[in-house]
Amino acid sequence: MSGQVFLPLLKRDLLLAFRRRSEVLQPLIFLLVVVSLFPIGVGPGPQILARIAVGVIWIAALLATVLSLDSLFRSDFEDGSLEQLVISGHPLALVALAKVLAHWLVAGLPLVLLSPLLAVWMNLGEGGLMVLVISLALGTPILSLLGAIGSALTVSLRGGGQLLSLLVFPLYVPILIMATSAVTSATDGLPYLGQLGLIAAGLVAALTLAPWAIAAALKLSLE
Amino acid sequence: MLQANQLLIERHFEPVFAPVDLQVQARELWLVTGANGAGKTTLLRLLAGLLRPSNGSVRCTAPAMRFLGHALGLKEDLTVTENLAFAAALNGRGDLSLDDAITEVGLDEARFQAARTLSAGQRKRCALARLLLSPATLWLLDEPYANLDAQGVGLVDRLLEGQLSRGGSCVMSTHGALRPPDLPYRELVVQRAVARV
Amino acid sequence: MSRVKKAFHQFGSPPWLFRFAGILSPILWVACLGLTAWGLYWGVFLAPADYLQGESVRIMYIHVPAAWMSMMIYALMALFGFIALVWHIRATEILAMASAPIGAAFTLIALISGSLWGRPTWGTYWVWDARLTSELVLLFLYLGVMGLYNAFDEPRKGARAAALLAIVGVVNLPIIHFSVKWWNTLHQPASISVVGGSSSIDSSMLWPLLIMAVATKLYYGANLLTRTRVRLVEENRNKRWVRDWIEGKKG
Repeated sequence: MSGQVFLPLLKRDLLLAFRRRSEVLQPLIFLLVVVSLFPIGVGPGPQILARIAVGVIWIAALLATVLSLDSLFRSDFEDGSLEQLVISGHPLALVALAKVLAHWLVAGLPLVLLSPLLAVWMNLGEGGLMVLVISLALGTPILSLLGAIGSALTVSLRGGGQLLSLLVFPLYVPILIMATSAVTSATDGLPYLGQLGLIAAGLVAALTLAPWAIAAALKLSLE
Repeated sequence: MLQANQLLIERHFEPVFAPVDLQVQARELWLVTGANGAGKTTLLRLLAGLLRPSNGSVRCTAPAMRFLGHALGLKEDLTVTENLAFAAALNGRGDLSLDDAITEVGLDEARFQAARTLSAGQRKRCALARLLLSPATLWLLDEPYANLDAQGVGLVDRLLEGQLSRGGSCVMSTHGALRPPDLPYRELVVQRAVARV
Repeated sequence: MSRVKKAFHQFGSPPWLFRFAGILSPILWVACLGLTAWGLYWGVFLAPADYLQGESVRIMYIHVPAAWMSMMIYALMALFGFIALVWHIRATEILAMASAPIGAAFTLIALISGSLWGRPTWGTYWVWDARLTSELVLLFLYLGVMGLYNAFDEPRKGARAAALLAIVGVVNLPIIHFSVKWWNTLHQPASISVVGGSSSIDSSMLWPLLIMAVATKLYYGANLLTRTRVRLVEENRNKRWVRDWIEGKKG
């Protein structure tokens, strides 16, 4: 009679996201707006755009992710659901994993799916698209996992949002470097599997370690 | 079932309340009373394990525990039925069906309403339904009478009676005059810590 | 209790730590000032100029020890934080949070001195070489820890949250270092550095550098213990031992 946590929580969060569809779409629209600002600001010359394409798309992805992370635990914290989850006795790391997965399905996966459009806008070189999509598919879950640690640490603070960016951006530096390097190598015809392999290894590490940190941070925030 | 020894917690390096000793056995109802701001909610959260004590200890030997906090733990965008279904999935469901639990707390007509649209009293009833759905030997309730009308108060008394008769116990906070009329209870008065000049 | 455990808990006792810090910190301050004066004098006036970089190499005597300290202090901060989170000892929370601004200051000194050092060589005040970029990210990590700590109303909660962040940061630090170094080799030829890398340093320059390295460690210790004493008195102002100490000072 002890119940389950992972699937019910995942389903609940997906249902809640569906009920607030318009809010969920906002970071994605933000992503599109930010990327489209670059040709406007830098000039539409195809060569410049191609040169900065990877960086722009990935940085826009970082920004959009951080935007959506602030509310990851906030509503549960404020309405008392987080307390109930902690008291239920289920492993908090599983709770964290379920919430991050729901968040990624709703905020990260659409980024991956939108990336071909962004690649076309930014005139990304040939051979880069597939690697871009793979780098985002492997990288955005890492962004969600690491960002969730920051989100859990700041959930009990009133002005949490801006502090969250400061907390997570240093942690994002390695992924940004590896992902942009992979795609740039692909467009230059150089080997890129090493970088992708490192990102994949990072994903495994994050999946193993981050939930514990998130759980500890959530317990701390409830005090 | 629940034991607290010289329990103490500090905020800004000052104790919140005087050290608390408590022993809760089966079939016991404890009322935690005290002035506003004395620390009743803090004490209940300490007993529930949400807070770490600065001194002393809490030991809970009850196999299952339910906590009703100040924030009820209801999702605004989910209906009464959906909220309770999630709670039942999380904590396991006893013999009572979802529909029966909703009827028991008097939310029949609101069963498909989003929690956002419910009154404070209705939300309280929804949260109380969780206690019916997933039985547990120890209940920790923070101001269960708050926001309820006379019928709601009666509902809480009925729930308490049921809990005790099943062999469970309950620690609940209340301020003011509201106390369960027919049930034997023991009282723990939380005293604000004396401020040292 | 075993002797080690007893020593551990004694160290965490506020009055004991207060007295210990009170005895040790003046010694550290004096030693630090002495060594700093000696090291700087030697480095600025006595040691030779570099045959490649000329006089500007002398900034190294500040830049390199500062960079070393910026990393060492972060590691110590994370260690104190880890002990605080696992064993719930308040003293280590204080030590961790007091270390953060000192470490951040060293990082800033490393950045500014590194930038000034590069000016004659590169012609600009900033280049994105591996070391400076890493130091910049390290500065952001420090600012994050300090910002998080100060955002909380309850100091103990803030210290524990910041400690957790510091631990997450220290785990990521090697990864950040490696990836920035690797990124730099992609985009730029190797930067000039006197210490580390392929060039070895002449002993006439090594000695003042080592003296400065020790001096900075003494500075950290002295500053840390002084800040800790202040914090201990603030928090425990209602306790008997603080009142007795104040009475003792008055008399």
